[in-house]
Amino acid sequence: MSETLLDVRGLTVAFPTHEGDVLAVSDLSYTLHRGETLGIVGESGSGKSVSSLALMGLLNQERTRISGEAMFGGRNLLSLSPEHMREIRGKDIAMIFQDPFACLHPMYRVGDQIAEAVTAHASVSKSKALDRAVELLDAVGIPKARDRARDYPHQFSGGMRQRAMIAMALVNNPSVLIADEPTTALDVTVQAQILELIERVKREFNIGVILITHDLGVVSETADTVLVMYAGRPMEMGPARDVFAAPQHPYTWGLLQSMPTIDLRLENLLAIEGSPPSLLRVPTGCPFNPRCAYAFAPCTVELPELREIPNGHLDRCHLPTDRKRAEWIELEALRVGAAR
Amino acid sequence: MALYIARRILWAGVVILVVLMIVFAVFYLLPASDPALRFAGKSPTPESLALIRDRLGLDEPWWKQYGIFVKNFVTGDEYGWPGLGYSFTSNVSVLSEVTERAPRTLFLILGAAIIWLVVGVSIGVLSAVKRQSAADRAAMGFVLIGISSPVFWLGLMALWVFWKKLGWTAGTGYVPLTENPTGFLSHMILPWCVLALLFAAIYARMTRNSLLDTLGEDYIRTARAKGLSERTVIFRHGLRASMAPIITMFGMDIALLVGGAIITESVFNIQGLGWLAIDGTLNQDLPTVVGVVMLGAVAVVVMNLIVDIGYAFLDPRVRYE
Repeated sequence: MSETLLDVRGLTVAFPTHEGDVLAVSDLSYTLHRGETLGIVGESGSGKSVSSLALMGLLNQERTRISGEAMFGGRNLLSLSPEHMREIRGKDIAMIFQDPFACLHPMYRVGDQIAEAVTAHASVSKSKALDRAVELLDAVGIPKARDRARDYPHQFSGGMRQRAMIAMALVNNPSVLIADEPTTALDVTVQAQILELIERVKREFNIGVILITHDLGVVSETADTVLVMYAGRPMEMGPARDVFAAPQHPYTWGLLQSMPTIDLRLENLLAIEGSPPSLLRVPTGCPFNPRCAYAFAPCTVELPELREIPNGHLDRCHLPTDRKRAEWIELEALRVGAAR
Repeated sequence: MALYIARRILWAGVVILVVLMIVFAVFYLLPASDPALRFAGKSPTPESLALIRDRLGLDEPWWKQYGIFVKNFVTGDEYGWPGLGYSFTSNVSVLSEVTERAPRTLFLILGAAIIWLVVGVSIGVLSAVKRQSAADRAAMGFVLIGISSPVFWLGLMALWVFWKKLGWTAGTGYVPLTENPTGFLSHMILPWCVLALLFAAIYARMTRNSLLDTLGEDYIRTARAKGLSERTVIFRHGLRASMAPIITMFGMDIALLVGGAIITESVFNIQGLGWLAIDGTLNQDLPTVVGVVMLGAVAVVVMNLIVDIGYAFLDPRVRYE
């Protein structure tokens, strides 16, 4: 296994409110290696974005309680002072976001905004920083980068803006890139280009990528490791190949079954009934039990352990592994039948 | 950019012509009685009525009158440019009245505007950044006091305390800057502060809200994610984007005050444009009133032009629209 970049242990994020704590992330652990893409999947409110914002120190300090450990380069990110965290942010760990329309400042030139990321971390001249910005814009596939660097964001298309965001993220040669729903706001044709670009820069810059998405399709195309989150908890995690070939958790099944494919029409998609629970009052036992078709006695009482089945594949479910294999094969048969 | 500015200036010219037409209609066309009677003051003589009719061209058809009115305004009349006519109560040209009174009002507005911008925006930024802190609460308390204090009361209290009791400042009245700079400052400091307080309060609240909105934007998160210092995030990224509503308000406020900061001028007996307008109204001196109204209207148009150009400098999206 290649070098470990980021080691998150027991990350818990709570937002205190008048009605009690909102537990956005509970006891999340994962490891990110150099050259690896970790796909974090889940519905809205599953804690996938919040966990990354917590690592970046981008949550409002006064209104959040963060515990756990996130080791990066021998330092615990969660206990760093704001100033030390600022030095890491955008330099060693960079982040891009969902909506490239809203993420670039509308009043500054694209090139200047990227150059600003350079000067924030190194004392170089403005023109040197701008040269570096142009170099990166060129690297992410912006044609005539020198000219386009003088444009304002509204003169860029959505895909180009996301490219510019990626250029901004890479400008300081980070070792970790966190991409929070990077393709959700883009046209489908552009989505694939951006995913390819992220893959390419991962290889060329030899970095680790955390790809946050609600779209299993995106994950299946790019991720090496998949982490499925529900109600702030990791439900299943493992090598992408294993998770897609032999998904363990009924929630993962639900996500896979509700994924449209070219030969499966909407009426045949199996949606997961119900909606995610309020994070103020997470159901006792397994948080997924009210929506789970397979729930039985222990599910409403006891939270299942995240137990390991072979190959570093982790699963948080009370159902026995053999039974699950049979159920999943049956579900897939139904699905293939519907497609015909 | 040059094209944008040229287009705006052209529009401003058109708007001023329209304003001229409305002012002309309101003051010269719509009145049911003979305008000459109202121009002549309290006890008209047949000779003065004839003189007025002759000067105003009231024996001409209305479109010719309007033509003369616009021509006088645009090219000037025998009293200078812009042609505003002749006041029958003070027996001087309206233009000379206005040019005598205008500096007082303009100095009053200028000083107050500097104070309220600096104080209001600083307080707004502070309370947005230190949101929900003691400083924020104190700032919002100041806003409440500022907004709810009537200017006439505040002005009189300020005079009583700082002039009568403490003797720190000069009292009412006005001393030209060119004659006596110290006296000018001593006379102006209270009116400046009193006029500025209300606006400082409004601007503080507006800055706070606008900045808080902006700080919730995604591009602010991007700025933080780049690793910029909080100072850069707030001043370079946040404040610039939240300035648009403040610039709009500022332009309108200045323009409206040119039409007369009447209460402040009255309390401190500054006798600027507001005083001129009141005096003209009380004496039925229509040319004077028309003169002040025109000046106010032109100020609105010009300030709008400046605001539009300011926008274009601030926000590139406006330039390329």
